[in-house]
Amino acid sequence: MSAAALSAEAIAPRLNEILDDCMVLEGPLLPILHAVQAEYGHVPQTALPQIADRLNVTRAEVHGVMSFYHDFRQEPAGAHVVKLCRAEACQAIGANRVAAHAKKALGVEWGGTTKDGTVTLEPVYCLGLCACGPAALVDGQVVGWVDEKKFDAIVGDLK
Amino acid sequence: MMKIYIPRDAAARAMGADAVVAAMQAELTRRGMDAQIVRNGSRGMVWLEPLVEVEKDGERLAYGPASPKDVAAILDGNSDKAVGRVEDIPFFAKQTRLTFARCGLIDPLSVAEYEAHGGLKGLRRALGMTQEQITKETTDSGLRGRGGAGFPTGIKWDTVRKAAGPKKYIVCNADEGDSGTFADRMIMEGDPLSLIEGMVIAAIGVGADKGYVYLRSEYPDAIEVMNLAVDAARKAGVLGKSVLGSAHAFDMEIRVGAGAYVCGEETSLLNSLEGKRGVVRAKPPLPALEGFLGKPTVVNNVISLATIPVIFERGAQFYKDFGLGRSRGTIPVQIAGNVKHGGLFETAFGMTLGQLVDDIAGGTAKGRPVKAVQVGGPLGAYFPRSKFDTPFGYEEFDGQGGLIGHAGVVLFDDTTDMLGMARFAMEFCAVESCGKCTPCRIGAVRGVETVDRIAAGDATAIPLLKDLCETMKDGSLCALGGFTPYPVMSALTHFPDDFAAAKEAAE
Repeated sequence: MSAAALSAEAIAPRLNEILDDCMVLEGPLLPILHAVQAEYGHVPQTALPQIADRLNVTRAEVHGVMSFYHDFRQEPAGAHVVKLCRAEACQAIGANRVAAHAKKALGVEWGGTTKDGTVTLEPVYCLGLCACGPAALVDGQVVGWVDEKKFDAIVGDLK
Repeated sequence: MMKIYIPRDAAARAMGADAVVAAMQAELTRRGMDAQIVRNGSRGMVWLEPLVEVEKDGERLAYGPASPKDVAAILDGNSDKAVGRVEDIPFFAKQTRLTFARCGLIDPLSVAEYEAHGGLKGLRRALGMTQEQITKETTDSGLRGRGGAGFPTGIKWDTVRKAAGPKKYIVCNADEGDSGTFADRMIMEGDPLSLIEGMVIAAIGVGADKGYVYLRSEYPDAIEVMNLAVDAARKAGVLGKSVLGSAHAFDMEIRVGAGAYVCGEETSLLNSLEGKRGVVRAKPPLPALEGFLGKPTVVNNVISLATIPVIFERGAQFYKDFGLGRSRGTIPVQIAGNVKHGGLFETAFGMTLGQLVDDIAGGTAKGRPVKAVQVGGPLGAYFPRSKFDTPFGYEEFDGQGGLIGHAGVVLFDDTTDMLGMARFAMEFCAVESCGKCTPCRIGAVRGVETVDRIAAGDATAIPLLKDLCETMKDGSLCALGGFTPYPVMSALTHFPDDFAAAKEAAE
């Protein structure tokens, strides 16, 4: 998406609809941020003033909330997001080995996106798949027993 | 008509259940067979997932782990994946299923099937009781908070009941972030109506008319099922302006978290639900008196609430008769990590850790010796084999320098580097700290550095690590900073060789 497409003016009408939907909720800010991210793939900084204005809080407060949570992105991710579990139960069955392989295969560190923009690799701390680890979440789909071979197959399908 | 059960549980899907469903549908069409595919919850034996069950002529037979190429033989009844009746599989037969009685058995979104298996009986009974009787019944059952703290649920409810109204809330903590735990996820995906019924009973007991489930974003499948279940409950009149035709109004929403582990702590959860940064609040005031939006609020874990229906259906005494010491009823133990037979094992309190690890789980995946078991998530202690005679109970684990937490049991084999696990505990605390209190925010960062010094052979850093853990334990505002010393200190105390070996290597 171009910078112009994400200018405050360009996103205002859709953002207004999201705000209308969410303002009926008690404690609406997280649902708003989730909805904005679902719409644009990240939370554009240009959205913050309008959100702050509607909630009658400062822009700094909205930024403070969005930056507290791991889920909300300030920048767009790659076309696909692969989250690998780093938690203890998955470590017990080889998650560190798979993570090292994944970083090498993609040529990125945690949070990085491949040069061609295809895959973003992120850590996740527990997917509740602790008896079939190492576990991964690939574009929102759960995958169990992820070894090096399965990881390569997953990435191969994405490319 | 023939019914074919193929779980929609995330663990089953992670192992390929959706592909099995597609293959099964194609095969049924090819044969022109009339059969209904039900997406049930998981029966809890993860090593058998996807577990396909075929119900024909009143008999329900299981096949697992099933793959798409097995479906033809399964329909012919001659598949080599046959495991007989689920109820006869030792892992299942040895359980006492109260909270999870319906999980995996029924269609999770069918209110009619839920009722046919004892659902809503508890709610109907509660509707005939006074608020005081409801909180007393809960107290009498001996139920304690299954999120980990173990606080008596009925006493919490009674505090909210007595608090000044009129606006009160029921908040379900479904931010199950502890590694090695998946009971909340399983019940939400497999029997979501039991959680909803539990929340309605809580609401009637304390006089609340609105509820929230704060559900972590890492559980996309549970979010989907819970939203569908809330819709189904509304249509059936379980939720709404008149609960089952009574004078009570109660409705609820599913709210999605945003990837912060600390939001599993109840006060930071409330801040997050209000749309703020998920920082911990100082207590007092208790959430029971000043919780969501400053109003009296019941904050309970998923399993605590999902256990309420069976308590009200069968009576407090029935539930209380299970258990050990002050730990009453059953606990869904989640066996995970490097394990042969992993999954959910619901049992009365009192089974020893060794029985769970050796007899039930069958040890590690490839048969290597078990080196350590972490009980209670990332903030739980690592137990060596010498402590395997500890019975599963709140006080019993506390007495051994551990905690049962949310009852996750994670097995590690003899190749595990315990210094590495201690370092990870500090690293995780540093990543997830909300930043409000200094011992956690700064301590965790210093903790990683100190463990690295030990790894580099600096033995003088060991007393420093102990001292740091002491400070974090005594000085942190919540369990994140306060309990991170459990895994760190237990690793150092019980596996000193892993810390000394690093020293020798450096010399």
